[in-house]
Amino acid sequence: MITLKINDHEVKVEEGTTILTAAKNLGINIPTLCNHADLCVAGNCRVCVVEQKGARTLVASCATPVSEGMDIQTNSLKVRNARKHIVELLLSEHRADCTKCYKNQKCELQTLANEYSFGEHIFLDLVGNHEYTVDRSSPSFIKDDSKCIRCQRCVRTCSQLQHVSAIAVANKGSHMKISSFHDRPMSHVVCTNCGQCVNRCPTGALTEKTYIDQVWDAIYDPDKHVVVQTAPAVRVGLGEDLGYDPGERVTGKMVTALRQLGFDSVLDTDFTADLTIIEEGTELLTRLKKVLLEGDKNTALPMFTSCSPGWIKFIEHKYPQMLPNLSTCKSPQQMFGALAKTFFAQKRNIDPAKVVSVSIMPCTAKKYEADRPEMRSSGYKDIDFVLTTRELAVMIKQAGIDFRSLEESPYDSIMGTSTGAAVIFGATGGVMEAALRTAYELVTGKPVPFKNLNITPVRGMEGVKEATIKIEGTIEEWRFLEGAELKVAIAHGLVNANKLARAVSTGKATYHFIEIMACPGGCLGGGGQPIPTNAAIRQKRMEAIYAEDMHMDIRKSHENPEIVAIYNEFLEKPNGHKSHELLHTHYVSREAY
Amino acid sequence: MKKKGLSKVDLIFETIDAKVVLEKAFSMTSEEIIQQILESSLKGRGGAGFPTGLKWKYTAAEKDPEKYVICNADEGEPGTFKDREILDRASYKVYGGMAIAGRAMGAKKGYIYLRGEYRFLLPQLYLELHKFHKMIAEIGYDFSIEYRMGSGAYICGEESALFESIEGRRGEPRNKPPYPTSSGLFNKPTSINNVETLVTAMMIIAKGAQEYVKLGTKDSRGSKVFSVSGDTPVPGIFELELGMTVQEFVTEFGDGDTKAVQVGGASGFCVPRKKFADTIIGFEGVPTGGSMKLFNSSRSMYNVLHNYLEFFSEESCGQCTPCRVGCQQLLKGIEMVKKGEAKSTYLYELVKLADTMKVASKCGLGQSVGNAFKSIVENFREEVIY
Amino acid sequence: MYNTGNMVKELAEKHGRKRESLMPILQDIVKKHNYLTDDAMVAVASELDISAAEVYGTASFYTFLDTEERGKNVIRVCKTITCSMKGKNDIIETLEDMLKIKVGETTPDKLFTLLETNCIGWCHKAPAMLINDMPYTDLTSEAVIDIIKGYMH
Repeated sequence: MITLKINDHEVKVEEGTTILTAAKNLGINIPTLCNHADLCVAGNCRVCVVEQKGARTLVASCATPVSEGMDIQTNSLKVRNARKHIVELLLSEHRADCTKCYKNQKCELQTLANEYSFGEHIFLDLVGNHEYTVDRSSPSFIKDDSKCIRCQRCVRTCSQLQHVSAIAVANKGSHMKISSFHDRPMSHVVCTNCGQCVNRCPTGALTEKTYIDQVWDAIYDPDKHVVVQTAPAVRVGLGEDLGYDPGERVTGKMVTALRQLGFDSVLDTDFTADLTIIEEGTELLTRLKKVLLEGDKNTALPMFTSCSPGWIKFIEHKYPQMLPNLSTCKSPQQMFGALAKTFFAQKRNIDPAKVVSVSIMPCTAKKYEADRPEMRSSGYKDIDFVLTTRELAVMIKQAGIDFRSLEESPYDSIMGTSTGAAVIFGATGGVMEAALRTAYELVTGKPVPFKNLNITPVRGMEGVKEATIKIEGTIEEWRFLEGAELKVAIAHGLVNANKLARAVSTGKATYHFIEIMACPGGCLGGGGQPIPTNAAIRQKRMEAIYAEDMHMDIRKSHENPEIVAIYNEFLEKPNGHKSHELLHTHYVSREAY
Repeated sequence: MKKKGLSKVDLIFETIDAKVVLEKAFSMTSEEIIQQILESSLKGRGGAGFPTGLKWKYTAAEKDPEKYVICNADEGEPGTFKDREILDRASYKVYGGMAIAGRAMGAKKGYIYLRGEYRFLLPQLYLELHKFHKMIAEIGYDFSIEYRMGSGAYICGEESALFESIEGRRGEPRNKPPYPTSSGLFNKPTSINNVETLVTAMMIIAKGAQEYVKLGTKDSRGSKVFSVSGDTPVPGIFELELGMTVQEFVTEFGDGDTKAVQVGGASGFCVPRKKFADTIIGFEGVPTGGSMKLFNSSRSMYNVLHNYLEFFSEESCGQCTPCRVGCQQLLKGIEMVKKGEAKSTYLYELVKLADTMKVASKCGLGQSVGNAFKSIVENFREEVIY
Repeated sequence: MYNTGNMVKELAEKHGRKRESLMPILQDIVKKHNYLTDDAMVAVASELDISAAEVYGTASFYTFLDTEERGKNVIRVCKTITCSMKGKNDIIETLEDMLKIKVGETTPDKLFTLLETNCIGWCHKAPAMLINDMPYTDLTSEAVIDIIKGYMH
């Protein structure tokens, strides 16, 4: 243990602790900008500088480990003067049109400006000296360099968490900036649109592309029937933007709020998550049969899940040779979209041309996914608008809804009924667990041999997880699987996905089924979730997801009565003709930069 | 204090039998070598002036068997060109100094990071290096050196930026601690020394620390190679004993009309005529990596400062706020004052900003921009404003 | 534009495929072709298994690793204080007149690119410039004309 003094208070902390953390232990807040709990230390914004007795210069508290006998002042005149200068310097390079900014009142620079820089600015405005560009090329997000403070959180996110590095630091000196490969538009580089950078940007330099106004327009258009679906992870995140602590489940209130906002049908992505399990589970078993029983060389194993559009774009850019390994199933969002303007419209007797399909997602990549040209199986754009969890919170606030006082209510039917297997899609390992609950039972006629159906080996926040399920007591049709060991793996965060993808592509790993989610923690840690998101918050959201599962009456996808019904009435059979038309897709190989 | 006056020395370029010196060094223990360097009071000749003996001692004390000796030949400080001259005329002594450093700290591998602007020297340097490797093999000692090239980035002369560059990244300085002696190149214990420092170290081993400390003053032992340029009839490289005043220097090198001397390059200090007599060139006065630039009364010190600030605005790595934005603000600030678009009192705000840059920047570059800025603005305020 | 061909692969064989091989590879490409094309950077990224944006980000940090098209001979005139004091502007003017281009531009025949650069370490022989790797010092307008003529053939 190290003993030091901070603002004349003695504190004992572990060796290796930073001054910043030691101060936090004492309840002393030191402002930061480039620092983020999920990322390595940068020490470049300098906002967190503190005075160390005897040191020639101030020291960056985020980057300096404590040492014995250290004597620190976090709020001396010298520190305050420097900090004020630093905030002012950042402001001088920053287009501070705060009232027009999407991040107004959610901006970390603005908060600091509020504390350190009111009144006249000291320094000259440098915005005009820079040729700032605003890149709106991605359907998912906007990159506005005039708001950028060069903290490099985005660059570290893209590299350390996602192994993508679609953006990097370019040039030096006054020309230093955050750039894609040779300034190409973000829509034309390896960017997966995952939005992890958006979630970590302290200012308005990286924001989701918002479609709130378009959704309001649709809602107020009397000719339109606006259908909304909500992804599993939204219900465990939304509360954070509406004043709840992380980990609160707000499903019922959210449904009520959506109805109050004026959506005509409030439905659930969880329904198509269950449907995904049937389609993807069937696809897996079919692939196993082809490979193991029929010796088919053209069928690829392992099969990768395809729910995460960030992951899809990642593999399209980086491992195009493995596209045959991707499940052809669309994501639950897009299955929902295809059915909303076909099955749902028919059932409800609505002209599909008048259906506007909106989805609420914890994700920014879903905006891109909805825009993919393949996603028009209904004859229309299957999903019209994708809003993030954050955007929904904005709409709820815009409508003046007192969220806390809302009664809880259930989703509409049809396409509103779901199971516990669907809601766990929101957490890493959830798709795998849901798939195993169904596939095992399909093959053996018995539930998976885990207490309360909780397949704990596939749960948790470890970057790459593996499990082996021995299949015993198969029914006649699946007898060839008797005694087989089904080897599965799960990765979340593209840096981990890359590890698995590489192991598979080099033949070092032999799995049958691999679940991949682009974002750390799975969808609950998605780029569209409330800010901040970090490991502690992801943990809370995960606990909420599994609590939601336990709380459901039905916890296996194939037991969802609406799923049974849709096959009887509309789809006929899993992986059948109609399924292929509406629920499956194909992928394209993309450039490596 | 007794003034030393100006006297020329021939140590760096003196021809020696490197093999004899190296055999002597390799017969010494690590402690003996480090003791000699400590006793010589040698301070780094690149500009920062950290005691070389301590650097070697700290690196030697590290347990990791993999360590590196680095020769910093990224001489980029405006007005400095002595390392090029040393490499051109006495590279064998640079290699020898590295081998001695390697012996002292237990490193088998050395890198020379040579600025891209000096690439034309490479063919000759490789010839000499080949000879050196052959000689080392003959002595039966295990030490090898490789060249790594810069590509036009002043900041790579900053030690941790230099490591980043060798490792294939942008030359952005690292957070310290950890210091290079415990975690430097490839996160291994590393001693990084300037070209001249390594040659001086070899000469100290050759002649003995006792002999070396006869030169210079208490705070600035020995001699140093100066790069003299600007308004002088005799621009060039001069090896001088440390301890002279700026006045003595100007008497020797000035053109009779010297109004200011910029000591230590763009990151150094501007000494005006009225302070020539009282300012010692060395660690007790104005330290320098060797850059001595003379300005006569025909020069506008505003232009000088403007040129320096343009230089820093471009050559800052750009990662930390005080340096990246501060340099731009200082530059634009003096332009606005000059044009009359900002009040002359704005210079006071800029001086305060320079102070912030000094204490809050991540590395030596941002921390030293204020040196030239303050010394020029404070001593030539009228020239800057009007 | 030049054809990247097998060059990058060969350089990766020579220098290795670790991150620390990046600078030597980029430097060798620039030594040969004077600048980095997008194709070359993408090829380097692929050999070293890093992202193209990182290659670009690293290259763009270094003044001599140009990512814009450059002529066969890159002239870099030092603009730092001593050269500036000793007539850099005259040298630039002479070069601009002779080559009919401005600083930052390349001649239509792609033979010359004219740039300014920071201190190249020849302050005692100012003004000075580099043409490719070669320094030229104590420049006068007359000397510059002769030097450039030598590169025209």
